[in-house]
Amino acid sequence: MTAPTARPVVRVRDLKRTFTLKGVLNGVDLDIARGEFVALLGRSGSGKSTLLRAIADLDSEAQGSGEIEAPANIAVVFQDARLLPWKRVLENVALGLTGPDVRARGQRALEEVELGDRGRSWPYELSGGEQQRVALARSLVREPALLLADEPFGALDALTRIRMHALLKRLSQAHQPAVLLVTHDVDEAIELADRVVLLDDGRIAANLDVRLPPAGPARVELFMDLRRQLLGLLGVENELAEVR
Amino acid sequence: MNAMTGGVLEIAEELPGAEPFGREAPIVAPAVRARRRRRLGLGEPLPFGPLLGPGLLLLYWCVFSYTGLLDPRILPSPWATLATARDLTADGRLPANLAVSAIRAAEGLAFGVVAGLAVALISGLSRLGGYVFDSLVQMKRAIPTLALIPLVILWLGIGEPMKITVIALSVFIPIYLQTHTALRGTELKYLELAETLNLSRWRFLRDVVLPGALPGFMLGLRFAVMGAWLALVVVEQLNATSGIGYMIDLARTYAQTDVIVVGLVVYALLGLGSDAAVRFAEARLIGWRRTLAQ
Repeated sequence: MTAPTARPVVRVRDLKRTFTLKGVLNGVDLDIARGEFVALLGRSGSGKSTLLRAIADLDSEAQGSGEIEAPANIAVVFQDARLLPWKRVLENVALGLTGPDVRARGQRALEEVELGDRGRSWPYELSGGEQQRVALARSLVREPALLLADEPFGALDALTRIRMHALLKRLSQAHQPAVLLVTHDVDEAIELADRVVLLDDGRIAANLDVRLPPAGPARVELFMDLRRQLLGLLGVENELAEVR
Repeated sequence: MNAMTGGVLEIAEELPGAEPFGREAPIVAPAVRARRRRRLGLGEPLPFGPLLGPGLLLLYWCVFSYTGLLDPRILPSPWATLATARDLTADGRLPANLAVSAIRAAEGLAFGVVAGLAVALISGLSRLGGYVFDSLVQMKRAIPTLALIPLVILWLGIGEPMKITVIALSVFIPIYLQTHTALRGTELKYLELAETLNLSRWRFLRDVVLPGALPGFMLGLRFAVMGAWLALVVVEQLNATSGIGYMIDLARTYAQTDVIVVGLVVYALLGLGSDAAVRFAEARLIGWRRTLAQ
């Protein structure tokens, strides 16, 4: 997956983290190549958010050891859109941007997420999906080398989530950041990512290439096969069958 | 409220008659539910609704005075009070004293707000500042401003500086407390966001902390404005030679109950008016918030 010659964007070696309450990492190694889309899959408490927060340098209160190399230019999308309620939508997107024509850049980013006409709105006037699109625009307007997304669609309804998947895929192809998407949704991971890293109990349990061929029977078959494999690794393959 | 209930009832009554050919009874429920209110909300706001309470008080006062249940020596009637107010206005005493009082309160308020805000910023935004100032302010808070008056008089005499200082002291506390609490209450999630966006400390303060603390400051301002009027009442009855409080104190000497009542009503109206002004400013400044009140 990772070309051996190219230097990875993210390089994690033997990362260990302990918290008093939640999330433990027991020696994680992870490389993410330039422009690669990695989905980090795992059950609740498997340490996937802990790993993301460590890479984002948001874990100042954690104890641990190990090495992390990550670009300076990281953008994070949280599960909640985390818009500042006292700033209008466009100001939220442009928050902290420097350089010329900040507003124009913010406006272009809003148009990319199809919210070009909502720049003057307050965040509370937007739906949950729209707020999360603003959060995406806020991240991508910075042209990050690495986009970290911590279950960004977890709070959205199923239909909105499908539309967000298409949007994220389109945007990541257009901007080409390396992406680390934390999720517990197997379909989402296969659909969006080039590679799925499965985390279990603070360790990497599997590392699967999930690039799919273009639409067709082969795609569906591979999709279902990967889905079965991943659900099996997560230990939920036979639950419904047993009920039947 | 009545009009609405009536409207709903009308619809409910009209519906069965409007469809004479339907054998089955028409379903009325959707029409009845046409205008829904928030079930757990406060209902529709009424224009001038906040004047209802004062209006009722005035009504009681009128009724008791008119029926003679209220001895005018204890409390003069509203119309006598009004006449006195007119006379006091005509001979210039009321406007002159009112101007003096308003300027005093405004000066005290200005000094108190500036000082309270400055100390709250130092104490709220830096750990060292908090260590230096917060306990001191909490200690000051435990001492009633009234208890400080003897000391302030010894230091500053009984002139204007003393009066303005006492007002400023009682304004300082609510401004400090509410602003400090709001600044320290900045949510961790916004701090994380600011860190991931690489905001500088200055921009973090300007774009995140300060606007987030604005509602707290405005709440403090409401307490502060009331505090300013209360302190004014006290200092104006201490050897003052002008102001509404002085007018009241003088009236006590001559047993002019009506003048005292005029003064009290003026204080009450000033308090109500200034609180409404702060609330108006609050609504304009904090348009991004949705609350129960809206």
